[in-house]
Amino acid sequence: MTLAYTDKSAPFTHAPTSVQKTMTTVILALVPATLFDAWLFGWPAIFMFLITVGSCVVAEALCLQAQDKPVGETLADGSAILTGWLLAMSLPPWAPWWIGVIGSVFAIVLAKHLFGGLGQNVFNPAMVARVALLVSFPVKMTAWVTPHPLLSDKGLSFVDSLGITFGHGFNIDTMTAASALGYVKTELSRGVPVTESVQHLPDLMDMALGLHAGSFGETSAILILAGGLVLLARRIISWHTPVALMGTLFVMGTVFHLVNPARFADGTFHLMSGATFLGAFFIATDYVTSPVSKQGQIVYGIGCGLLAWIIRTFAGYPEGMAFAVLLMNALTPIIDHNCRPRAFGRTRKGEPLEVKGEK
Amino acid sequence: MKIFPVRGGIHPDYRKDLTCEKAIVPMPMPQKLYLPLQQHIGAPADPVVGAGDLVKKGQLLARAQGAVSASTHAPTSGRIAEVALITAPHPSGLPQLTIVIEPDGKDEWAELPAPVADPFAASSQEIRERVAAAGIVGLGGATFPSAVKLNLGSQNKLETLLINGAECEPYLTCDDRVMREYSAEVIDGARIMAHALGTPKIVVGIEENKPQAIAAMTQAASAFSNITVVGVPVQYPMGSERHLTQAITGLETPAKKLTAELGVVVHNVGTARAVHHAIRYSRPLLSRVVTVSGGAITEGKNIDVPLGTLVSDLVAFCGGLKEPPRRIVNGGPMMGQPLPSLEVPVVKGTSGILALTADEVNERDTKPCIRCGGCVTICPCGLVPVEMAAFIRKDNLDGAAKLGVMDCFSCGSCSYVCPSHIPLVHFFNYAKGRLNDADRERRKLERIKMLAETRNTRVEQQAQAKKAAAAAAAAARKAAAAAASENPENKASV
Repeated sequence: MTLAYTDKSAPFTHAPTSVQKTMTTVILALVPATLFDAWLFGWPAIFMFLITVGSCVVAEALCLQAQDKPVGETLADGSAILTGWLLAMSLPPWAPWWIGVIGSVFAIVLAKHLFGGLGQNVFNPAMVARVALLVSFPVKMTAWVTPHPLLSDKGLSFVDSLGITFGHGFNIDTMTAASALGYVKTELSRGVPVTESVQHLPDLMDMALGLHAGSFGETSAILILAGGLVLLARRIISWHTPVALMGTLFVMGTVFHLVNPARFADGTFHLMSGATFLGAFFIATDYVTSPVSKQGQIVYGIGCGLLAWIIRTFAGYPEGMAFAVLLMNALTPIIDHNCRPRAFGRTRKGEPLEVKGEK
Repeated sequence: MKIFPVRGGIHPDYRKDLTCEKAIVPMPMPQKLYLPLQQHIGAPADPVVGAGDLVKKGQLLARAQGAVSASTHAPTSGRIAEVALITAPHPSGLPQLTIVIEPDGKDEWAELPAPVADPFAASSQEIRERVAAAGIVGLGGATFPSAVKLNLGSQNKLETLLINGAECEPYLTCDDRVMREYSAEVIDGARIMAHALGTPKIVVGIEENKPQAIAAMTQAASAFSNITVVGVPVQYPMGSERHLTQAITGLETPAKKLTAELGVVVHNVGTARAVHHAIRYSRPLLSRVVTVSGGAITEGKNIDVPLGTLVSDLVAFCGGLKEPPRRIVNGGPMMGQPLPSLEVPVVKGTSGILALTADEVNERDTKPCIRCGGCVTICPCGLVPVEMAAFIRKDNLDGAAKLGVMDCFSCGSCSYVCPSHIPLVHFFNYAKGRLNDADRERRKLERIKMLAETRNTRVEQQAQAKKAAAAAAAAARKAAAAAASENPENKASV
């Protein structure tokens, strides 16, 4: 009789989960912030986004083909789209086409497939690409254009935008501004205390809304935060990594600001600026490259927050989220090894518990 | 009553509504009954009947042998057709020695011993003997001989008898129905078991998705001040012995120990009812309540099934299959065994027969692990399934053992939540089987080595004794010769 199969043991029921569903949910959580930023920075940003995502998908398809893996089926899991999406979110909005293409090669070919494909990579592909681009093309990668909203006086026409993305680029001196973190760092190096330089920044409300210069996805803090909360509510991520990361950043910022306000920016500034929310909810929570246990995720989150604060405060780069995440990615196997949950009926060391009242 | 939190767990789609309002109906006697000699954990029973024998209902067919075993009785009167190798209700599809009865339709009872007059005046041993004679095993599915488990009071100081009515497996409603329809019998059986165990307290734990069962059991228990009926959270695998014990007492059973060492013994509601029958009416275990359910079954039912009934007869009684099932499962969907065919009998441990459609099982191709950590979060044993599976994939079974794979009780939660549809429990079952084999092999070798060493020592000792004796004899001869040469008269006298 062929109606029963015994090739597999129980369970014979399954939660309605799949890799595709998980990836799709993360992408949907990014949509509001993406749409807002597309409006804020106009056609060149839209081109940059489409090129980056598109070339990630093409790179993924070519890698799969080269390895004789099923192309259509694997592309459908959405992981390449998500990588491209996150990479685009971390790039300057008006980056030229080749930044997106080279970035996708770094992300998909080097960081992902050379390590064995989905689930095997040690480092977050989008962050590998961002960092590789940043150190290779520092000028292009820090050209933070000021907002040029679509359909406004400052908005660019479709044709002009094509020129920016595929042709001559744009005048960096007149159309860009420093990001908040970059401005504070530069001023500090000129001897202007933080207490003074922050006066010239957009107020916190504008920073939260995203109406300031910055990378494509990091400007709109509130929409990114909303997306992160959706992921929490849908149980795609848990609170451990984001809370540990933001908490550490906030505590470090606040404590050092209290000690020396002229040298150190305060905790709220650290939370609202740069890629804090994007990093905390979308980058550091990347499944593949972060620890699997909740205990491990707390350690990892604290590490990311601490490193990001150190890099922002003491290192040459104004923003340290990508570096922090990559450094902690390298520690993930060790964290996993040392932060396992306590097994039922056993001590943390794995010895059986003692029966109460017995020696 | 305070309920303590239990780690991990999942909330599967329970689908108990398919059968929870279906009252228990008796199964019409089928053409033939197939009673395997091993329907329990332990040694198979020893048949005491042969082909051609006429048997009465309740008559002993096969006797328990060894310390852990259970007897089997005739579920009805009839003729023994044969004692032969027949496919067992096991995924392997391997045959097992099975007694086949052709019922005569008369359903005539054998002469049963007189019931225990007052169980609460009887000794623990007498109750255990009766329970053993009735062939009762744990009816929750573990099928451990109940009489052995009722003896735990002799080695431990017991506080609580925990009656397990959690029934956390999806689809299954047989315990729910038993508690609703036979609450008084369950409570009486529980009281008898508590008496045999020497536990002052009885707690009945029922998942809160069975309010009618909780109400019925509370009502039946109201006359007894030492019985508490308590609702426990709906959280699979709440029905696991250790987890239910933790939820109700707050005590965590140490690894490799029994709940009895914490003063708690857990028995299933169906087992309690069987004990009631065995003690009050001297009736052996002849039938059990089985939930037949699943999307491929025409009409799901709760049925009182004579042991040995073929699953195909049971399915036919439920109107047959309305579509081809993807899986036929013996037990619940989380921990049940896949059946090789419908032509296998219902045994003592069969709590459910499920015919599940492809939609219900939702099987998909395995994708690469994305390390989401879902399996780590939900593991009720606090293990790291993702890492254990990675070791087992490379056949590094010792590595998996170090991570605690032997602590896994295959509840299936990790496989259930895995977005990549990795059959994690399948890996663990494989590893546990191999590790158990290796352990048995190692112990066997140790025993052989021990025996060989003992033999060598013995042989050596014998050789030495012989040598010593020979030396002594030689010395004696020498001495004698010397004496003789000194004393020729003596020599002459020899």
